[in-house]
Amino acid sequence: METFTLDLPSTPANGARALCGVVSSGNLEILVDTGHAPDRCRIDVSTSAQGFRDTWEAVLADAVARHPAGGLVLSINDAGATPAVVSLRLDQVLESLEQAS
Amino acid sequence: MNTLLDRLFPAGHDVTIDGLNLAGTAHSATGPVHVIGTRDRAALTSDIALRLSQAVLSAVRDDLASGRARPIVFIASTQGQALSRHEELMCLNGYFAHLARCVDLARRHGHVLVTLIHGEAVSGGFLAFGLLADRICALPCAQVKVMDLRAMARVTRIAPERLEALAQTSPVFAPGAENYWRMGGIHDLWSDGDDWPAQLSRALTEADGSDHRAALGASRGGRTLARAVATRVMAGSTPDA
Amino acid sequence: MSAHAITRRSWFEADARTRIHGLVDAGSFSELCGPHERLTSPHLAVLDLPVAFDDGVVVGEATLDGERILVGAQQGEFNGGSVGEIHGAKLRGLLDRARDTRPAAVLLAIDSGGVRLHEANAGLIAISELMRALLGARAAGVPVYGLIGGSCGAFGGMGIVARLCDGLIMSEEGRLGLSGPEVIETVKGVDEFDSKDRALVWRITGGKIRRTLGEATLLVDDDLGAFRGGAKALLARGAPLRGLAALDADQAALAARAQRHADARDGLDIWRALGLPDAERLAMLDADAFNRIIDRAETA
Repeated sequence: METFTLDLPSTPANGARALCGVVSSGNLEILVDTGHAPDRCRIDVSTSAQGFRDTWEAVLADAVARHPAGGLVLSINDAGATPAVVSLRLDQVLESLEQAS
Repeated sequence: MNTLLDRLFPAGHDVTIDGLNLAGTAHSATGPVHVIGTRDRAALTSDIALRLSQAVLSAVRDDLASGRARPIVFIASTQGQALSRHEELMCLNGYFAHLARCVDLARRHGHVLVTLIHGEAVSGGFLAFGLLADRICALPCAQVKVMDLRAMARVTRIAPERLEALAQTSPVFAPGAENYWRMGGIHDLWSDGDDWPAQLSRALTEADGSDHRAALGASRGGRTLARAVATRVMAGSTPDA
Repeated sequence: MSAHAITRRSWFEADARTRIHGLVDAGSFSELCGPHERLTSPHLAVLDLPVAFDDGVVVGEATLDGERILVGAQQGEFNGGSVGEIHGAKLRGLLDRARDTRPAAVLLAIDSGGVRLHEANAGLIAISELMRALLGARAAGVPVYGLIGGSCGAFGGMGIVARLCDGLIMSEEGRLGLSGPEVIETVKGVDEFDSKDRALVWRITGGKIRRTLGEATLLVDDDLGAFRGGAKALLARGAPLRGLAALDADQAALAARAQRHADARDGLDIWRALGLPDAERLAMLDADAFNRIIDRAETA
């Protein structure tokens, strides 16, 4: 497993908890908890795919730029999802927070 | 089998061996007991399971009249469930579940339940009755497992060398009665030099009707999470809201 | 019928949480030891394998038609819904909770191949503890009902757990057995069991043959609403009889069945032996039509 943490700027989200996705081959789960800084989003990634950190950073930065994710901590367990699937799950979980607020 | 019974019950036994099943009574140092089990590393079929459940039900009924529920000593010798299309079609797991219900009925009727693992206890055949006892003891050289490491490596696609290396320090997946002891799944490991009748008496005396195995696994350091997690769910003290 | 078809949501395709939300009253589910507690498997982590925040099982409290129930659902997609130390402990804790708090019922949405091989010893002991806890809940008067309709079915130790339940709801897509077809084929050869013959696999372990043999109590269509309806129907029936006389009767019935179908090697053999019309076509019927035929055969 490869693990890393990113700390990215994002507009403040309405703090909430959520879960999206399932850990299975080509899929991932994203757990959302509340963090500290209201204009930062912390993302902990644990992935079975080695050597794709640059791709992860691009996909994650894009998602937290498109959705308010400030003040959140995202924890990701990944079992080899493609960037498209990662992006889809991020949209799903962040949109579910926007709808809940 | 008779050698084993002679050594376990020097005061006498009357156990009938019928194919791979055995059933009867014997005299332990604490008094008369029922003896029910399998031999010769039986692959458990629906027929064997039905004979076991019948023996348990008979033991319960026999003792109802006298009002004295004698302990049941299970002898578990099983390589696991029989692998066959016919048995699957007939829902072999349904026969095992029936056997498990009968064992549980005996417990609730006051029968103390002790299992002795003789030879081998594997997976589904072990779950069906042996693992349900109040007290589970492994005789010397008993093998206990779900699957051997080579097959496990194939199914999990993990290199066998890696599994073997990990097995040196972790009791969690590799075959071995000692591993099950550390995890609380086996209460006692008997050795050849032990006084077996005395060991059996102790097991019969110490057995109670509650399932303490998770606590045992925690105290022996082999299974550190099961009890805490189960207790948290049971108590419901930490709703995830 | 068409309105039903439009609103149908597949149980088979749903994940564990979606199944629970489809089963229980809207908004009533409250999870215990949920994903935010991050009870992940250290045994998978040691092997450098992905973990899940809920270890592949969801447990908690809810209501069904206003009655308090406990509910658990396995995540078939995570390691085949397999039972490891934490996964098993969550289910065991749920059943201990049922014994102590006496809900109207426990619903177990089973979707599992059995013991998780990566933590095989912990998993085997956990299933044994789960079996004892289930029997303890039943002895305390709490009925336990199983629901099977996911991609992993109920196999291995979870196949035994399923049959310890007071009632089982299955879809045709659900499978119930002990050893998976692949295991039997690997050990005994393709002539014994061709695991790639999907129609055969379903005739040996699928919901319809299980309903025929009485191993499943209800056959329902692959629909969340149908499973919910089935659960309500079982709750309304109340817990079946227990005790020595009931087990004596089960013993006789199982022995008679084993004798009657001693040579059966295919669900078709059983359907023909029971004199069911057009045995070959039974596989095509929807759940309602199939249940009617079996009910008629049982009362005949």
